[in-house]
Amino acid sequence: MKDIIIDYSLRLADSSLILSQRIGEYCSKAPHLEEDLAITNVGLDLLGNAENLLNYAAELSGNIDADELTFKRKEKDFRCVHLVQTPNTDFAFILTRQFLMDVYNNLLFEKLCDSKDETIAGISKKSIKEVRYHLKRSKDWIVRLGQGTDESHQRLQTAIDELWMYTEELFTDNHTDIVIAKEGIGPLNKDLKDHWLDIVKQTLEEADIKLPEDIHYTLNYGKNGYHTEYLGYLLAEMQHLPLLYPEAKW
Amino acid sequence: MEDDDQGILWEVFIQPKPGRPHKHIGSLHAYDKEMAMHAARDLYTRRNEGIGIWLVKADDIVSSQPSDGEAFFDPSNDKVYRHPTFYKLPDGVKHI
Repeated sequence: MKDIIIDYSLRLADSSLILSQRIGEYCSKAPHLEEDLAITNVGLDLLGNAENLLNYAAELSGNIDADELTFKRKEKDFRCVHLVQTPNTDFAFILTRQFLMDVYNNLLFEKLCDSKDETIAGISKKSIKEVRYHLKRSKDWIVRLGQGTDESHQRLQTAIDELWMYTEELFTDNHTDIVIAKEGIGPLNKDLKDHWLDIVKQTLEEADIKLPEDIHYTLNYGKNGYHTEYLGYLLAEMQHLPLLYPEAKW
Repeated sequence: MEDDDQGILWEVFIQPKPGRPHKHIGSLHAYDKEMAMHAARDLYTRRNEGIGIWLVKADDIVSSQPSDGEAFFDPSNDKVYRHPTFYKLPDGVKHI
């Protein structure tokens, strides 16, 4: 059971961690100063969430700490979903990825506030306030880009079309999810789908964006340790310094 | 839209505690009210600075001109009788 909770905590942590790293890459590149600070703040919130969960996973594992889990784990041992690994193609991709994850995180962490695991419940109660704000922001941007110029509308439609297939993974349940749900620690992902789709549909309608067809694209999900081609490069950059100077302190 | 168009300039006022006045804390650029409110929250309230935000379009603020300084403010310099400390209290006045 302990291994299952470690796997589950790592999965939640890694999706926040990798999304935070992707947002970090974007720092100083947003269209204007205000947006640059705002999106970086979202990244910092996610990093805080990841740190709490990594600390919990480390505590349960023993003999390891959150830094080691972040900087010394191999790609195959990461448990993040594919969606957060996708690159910062343009502003529309960044906001779309954020929006799709924000809706999911809102539903997930809302449920996790009632988790029978007290640590996960505690961490989630802190995070739910943050992700509620993240969603307000990204939803606002989706509608804004969708209703904006021809170009912003087109870019947003492209981002939704391209990223849509990665949302399938969010609502799959592997062995860990099934045990976690049985023990009352977390929800089954498939039970979050309808509510998620309602919110996404409603927002896209308002943004005048067409909902893409569902695509079944892989059997090897990130939560099982099988990743997109993007993750290796991201980790190479994220882990570069600690691997080069293992004893460095800052 | 010009490339260097950053939207409207807004002045930001933050209320530090309930019952306290909103104080000017800075400014920001945004295209409309919602965006300005999100930006104000992210720029100015992330370190417990306050519990309330007011936003005013900089264009809507009427301000005095530095060039009017002399005409506006100097005449008060030599009128000490406008300050209560100019007056001597008669003996026997209490509660002041």
